[in-house]
Amino acid sequence: MTGRTMFDKVWAAHEVVAETADTPAVLYIDLHLIHEVTSPQAFAVLKKAGLPVRRSDRTLATMDHSTPTRSEEFFLDVPVKVDAASRQVQQLERNTQDFGVELLGLRDARRGIVHVISPELGATQPGMTIVCGDSHTSTHGAFGALAFGIGTTEVGHVFATQCLLQRKPKTFAVNVRGRLQPGVTAKDLILAIIGRIGVGGGTGYVLEYRGEAIRALSMDERMTVCNMSIEAGARAGMIEPDETTFAYLKGRPRAPQRAAWDAAVARWRALASDADAVFDRSVDIDAAELTPMITYGTNPGMVVAVDATVPARAGDAVHAKALKYMGFEAGDALLGKRVDVVFIGSCTNGRLEDLEAAARVLKGRKVAAGVHLLIVPGSQQIKKAAEAAGLADIFKAAGADWRESGCSMCLGMNGDTVAAGQYAVSTSNRNFEGRQGVGARTLLASPYTAAASAVTGRITDPRTML
Amino acid sequence: MEPITRFTSTIAVLPQTNVDTDQIIPARFLTVTTRDGLGKSLFADWRYLPDGAANPQFVLNQPAAQGARILVAGDNFGCGSSREHAPWALLDYGFRAVISTSLADIFCSNSLKNGLLPVIVDKAVHGWLLDHPGAAVSVDLRARSLILPDGTEVAFPIEAFARHCLLNGTDELGYLLSQLPAIERYETCAH
Repeated sequence: MTGRTMFDKVWAAHEVVAETADTPAVLYIDLHLIHEVTSPQAFAVLKKAGLPVRRSDRTLATMDHSTPTRSEEFFLDVPVKVDAASRQVQQLERNTQDFGVELLGLRDARRGIVHVISPELGATQPGMTIVCGDSHTSTHGAFGALAFGIGTTEVGHVFATQCLLQRKPKTFAVNVRGRLQPGVTAKDLILAIIGRIGVGGGTGYVLEYRGEAIRALSMDERMTVCNMSIEAGARAGMIEPDETTFAYLKGRPRAPQRAAWDAAVARWRALASDADAVFDRSVDIDAAELTPMITYGTNPGMVVAVDATVPARAGDAVHAKALKYMGFEAGDALLGKRVDVVFIGSCTNGRLEDLEAAARVLKGRKVAAGVHLLIVPGSQQIKKAAEAAGLADIFKAAGADWRESGCSMCLGMNGDTVAAGQYAVSTSNRNFEGRQGVGARTLLASPYTAAASAVTGRITDPRTML
Repeated sequence: MEPITRFTSTIAVLPQTNVDTDQIIPARFLTVTTRDGLGKSLFADWRYLPDGAANPQFVLNQPAAQGARILVAGDNFGCGSSREHAPWALLDYGFRAVISTSLADIFCSNSLKNGLLPVIVDKAVHGWLLDHPGAAVSVDLRARSLILPDGTEVAFPIEAFARHCLLNGTDELGYLLSQLPAIERYETCAH
């Protein structure tokens, strides 16, 4: 018998009923994360059918997508910018109360972006199955969990049964050898991977990121990589848990404690893919060859090195449409292009190490005149830590706009948007048309590149400023 | 849910590849707490001009697409966000099936759960459909086939259980609830 991949092991341990030709597997879900945008219709189904949330102890709610980030809207009774968003938040408060689900609500010190707070609390653990009505649930795969986004109907399924009906995906090894060069980050790595395999290249697969470069990453960096698995179309992305993982989790409030900790670590060590495991597909990437990356088009696969030019693709109508939307021409150098807005935050790059990276560039420098630099921490705990470490002071001295945590300008649901025609260098995950506001032009990049571009008001190679 | 067996409709053609769910329904329309009435926001940023008038350039506003209940889309349709509002909006607008060479995973799953039929065809058939907006085709779920105007039957794959539920108009939740004894046994043993 050949060896098993980490994915195979986690899948097998959660199969309540195995799949057959006629029926998908019944897969048990260890942790169900919910937020205000994709849960109301699922709660409505429960109410109509008279069903409870079967395992409220395995369900954790927070609010992040449509919440305000201005402190005055947050803590005082100033009306929030988007009324409907406020109603959605109140609906989640009522639903969690009615169904006995724990809510880390608007004024809770542990609130934040759902994919940031669960790892931060130690709720995300190796070997778990984790779902959420949000495609960036793939983030939690950084811990060796099988974590994926689901739709609202499936949110209802998990509420009612703690299970999902699933066909088993295939496996895809992303082997990253070598080490990232200084100034080249996990964000640049995942953008390069998506550029290589394409935005649909991972469809039907669970990715496992492997190799020396991956092992060298911190947990914050691993989360950045796994977070964007969905941007390659993958169901999920996973990284084998190791000493870095265990050191991150140890002592976190919801991680196993004392004797249970040792038993858990022993169990987690056995999750790694066997040496003779066979993946359905693989790709090899050399980390040492990578440079800072930036997107130039309207999906994350339209990406080049920051010092490259906008590529030409004769006869590709989608490429032509994207360039027209972005106001770019093939052959244009990206370096030196005008920047109006810079957004540092999101479940991709809103963690403490991302803010530290931004501060390294911004320390003693000023944001260019006419540029709005919005820095939104991934959670209230990160906000507090950044303030305690003096990062917030660096940001404010540079002229940045420092906010309360949330998804904010990643998708602009709460009114934090980029105006039509403006260029935004963003550390978030999607440069789709209109993602950050109607007509907004998004360029995805690392916190280094974003901060450097904020200082010059032009797209800038951060290596010149580090 | 109404059972789906076979239906015939003209096709609307949106050839662009990698159409993401932010295009299908932009995030600013997600502040709803029900699933109704999203059809008016379908493809909002492409369908309407800044002043709110219909954009005559957009395919759904063109004569050939009027009344079409089948959307022929480019490769990797529905990528990006997991929002189920995307199939809800397509259904509320009037679509009953999406034909493409591939669909994004979560979008496909969400579509099946709401009775929006995903029909995956090869490049040759897809190419023919892209070239014939307004053509009338039939989708036969029982036979798992797409029937072109000249009578050609093209088989399409569909997950067996989802097909069973769609043919019978039943909800997958009922099946999952029937598995509760097995789920309880699993919880006793494993957790």
